[in-house]
Amino acid sequence: MSEQALIELTNVAKTYRRGGETLSIFSDLNLTIPAGDFVAVMGPSGSGKTTLLNMLGGLDRPSSGTIMFDGAPIERLSENQLSAWRAANVGFIFQFYNLMPTMSAARNVELPLLLTSLSGRDRRERVRTALEIVGLADRMGHRPKELSGGQQQRVAIARAIVADPKLILADEPTGDLDRVTAQEILEMLQLLNRELGKTIVMVTHDPAAAKYAKRELHLDKGTFEERLT
Amino acid sequence: MTDFGLILSGLGRKSFRTALLAFAIFIAFLIYTVLGAFRVSLETAGDASSETRLAVSNRINFTEPLPLAYLNRIQQVEGVKDVSYSMWFGGFFQEERNFLLAFAVEPDSYTRIYRDLNIPEDQRQAFVNSRDGLLVGRQTAERFGWTLGQQIPISSNIWRRRDGSNTWPVVIRAIYDGSDTQGAVAVYINYEYFDEARAFANDTVGNFNVQTVSPDVNDAVIRAIDSQFSNSRAETETVTEAAFQAAFIDQQGNLGLIILGVTGAAFSTVLLIVGNAMVGAVRERTGEIAVMKTLGFSSGRIGRIVVGETLLLSFIGGGLGLLIGWILLTGGRELLGGFSPFFGTLRFSPAVLWPALGFMLVLGGVTGLVPAWNAMRVNVITAFRRI
Ligand SMILES: Nc1ncnc2c1ncn2[C@@H]1O[C@H](COP(=O)(O)OP(=O)(O)OP(=O)(O)O)[C@@H](O)[C@H]1O
Ligand SMILES: [Mg+2]
Repeated sequence: MSEQALIELTNVAKTYRRGGETLSIFSDLNLTIPAGDFVAVMGPSGSGKTTLLNMLGGLDRPSSGTIMFDGAPIERLSENQLSAWRAANVGFIFQFYNLMPTMSAARNVELPLLLTSLSGRDRRERVRTALEIVGLADRMGHRPKELSGGQQQRVAIARAIVADPKLILADEPTGDLDRVTAQEILEMLQLLNRELGKTIVMVTHDPAAAKYAKRELHLDKGTFEERLT
Repeated sequence: MTDFGLILSGLGRKSFRTALLAFAIFIAFLIYTVLGAFRVSLETAGDASSETRLAVSNRINFTEPLPLAYLNRIQQVEGVKDVSYSMWFGGFFQEERNFLLAFAVEPDSYTRIYRDLNIPEDQRQAFVNSRDGLLVGRQTAERFGWTLGQQIPISSNIWRRRDGSNTWPVVIRAIYDGSDTQGAVAVYINYEYFDEARAFANDTVGNFNVQTVSPDVNDAVIRAIDSQFSNSRAETETVTEAAFQAAFIDQQGNLGLIILGVTGAAFSTVLLIVGNAMVGAVRERTGEIAVMKTLGFSSGRIGRIVVGETLLLSFIGGGLGLLIGWILLTGGRELLGGFSPFFGTLRFSPAVLWPALGFMLVLGGVTGLVPAWNAMRVNVITAFRRI
């Protein structure tokens, strides 16, 4: 393979313990995602899609196995190291946007930049650029409540890319949107992948949405089944 | 935007709640400031210079006069070191609304007994030696822009002169600074100059001001004076200055304790209210905190932001409390300072200020502790499952 692997999961297992029972989500998961990939993860409810994203984003740890990011294992980082790592490398997009209700669009997008050493001036410039990319430069001062669902999700995308991370993780980003708006969002993700070279892992229930990705992974009973689109 | 911006945005999330909490803190600090000033005054009220001072007034009512002729007999009471006398003048300057807290006094003995007025010695001499001299408190001198040597008219709304006027022209001979036990508001005119001109009630005084040789003899002197004049035309009632200042208090210690209790109760209540409200505020924000953690904000930084919110709240409310307290004390002192020397001593002292800053820090820190801990413990994965 000529492309370098951005993410590499080796023998990853994840179990949850609830009371006396242990619930095994994955027992032996192996996966390579090259830099610049756009992967759609599908699968029945409860199959562990969100759990997988959480592990890729350093929010959750595997019970065993290794997760390599850019050649370095992340599962051994401390909580604080993981926070810093996330701030630098991962952008998150959620189903329900998860914007800060009291802050303007610009301030929401600025949040990840507070974790960098950029000056206020540079931050404002970056925020403007990010909002321009998602086509909302004229809505900088609007609060989430004053924006439509699709617009809110675009602000969330701007927030995900503003710190220029390599990886974008999206958990059902169109799950709460109508078909036309969903298409706009998916086209935007495609654009980020194609033009800015962002590696994207997107969880979705919608086969039509999955078609926007370069490949589809089906997660069921703890293993992947791959289909190229 | 900075972390301070995040703190503001956290507080601004529900501005009405924030305003109510700041108001609760404000009230606690206002109570603290005003009662604290009372406490400081009470603690300093009974110091050496005033403990040997007694006030003799008419038994019927302290506004009734006493004959000046009593002076000799009081001087002869055993244990009496010095005696002076004073009469309420009911003064104003030019217009009635320029109220003056004015007394006619025997200058030499009065300024001997009230050393704590703090008069420069040369000015004291000048006041004692001039018939028409005026002794003025620094605050009043500044209020009207009076200076030494200036001639001014002071008028009375009680007394009239034999020539029909109610105005005594005087020359400012001394300005006193007061002390912890004395305000610097009252003005004093020479009794003799006042008495020889007034149209009625001549040779009477409002109070005799007695200094005893030691606080230990106070009770004996009080009994001796009052029995001296029992069954006479004007019976007397003698009390210690301390008793006069805090007539409503039997034991100053108890009032101090009550003040401490009230202040303590106010602070504990506010602590619970604010702490509880902030725990709720953080709980409402669980989702937002989870998002911030996802973006890469560390738990420590999120905890600091929450404590920053409670600290800011505490300093806003507390600062306002101090400010309004200071305004009330300053105004109260000027309004009431003359009626009782006690009110004249009320002030916003460092003994009140420094602990207040400490309390703000503690209140802000303590009320932030639990919510900050809760915020730091927010688990991103379970928080999102709940959303
Ligand atoms: N903290 C936890 N404690 C116990 N069980 C958990 C925990 N988190 C997830 N699970 C379980 O792990 C399994 C996978 O959950 P996950 O959220 O990853 O599924 P999913 O594929 O994203 O489902 P959906 O499509 O409904 O979002 C579920 O059975 C869930 O109940
Ligand atoms: Mg899920």
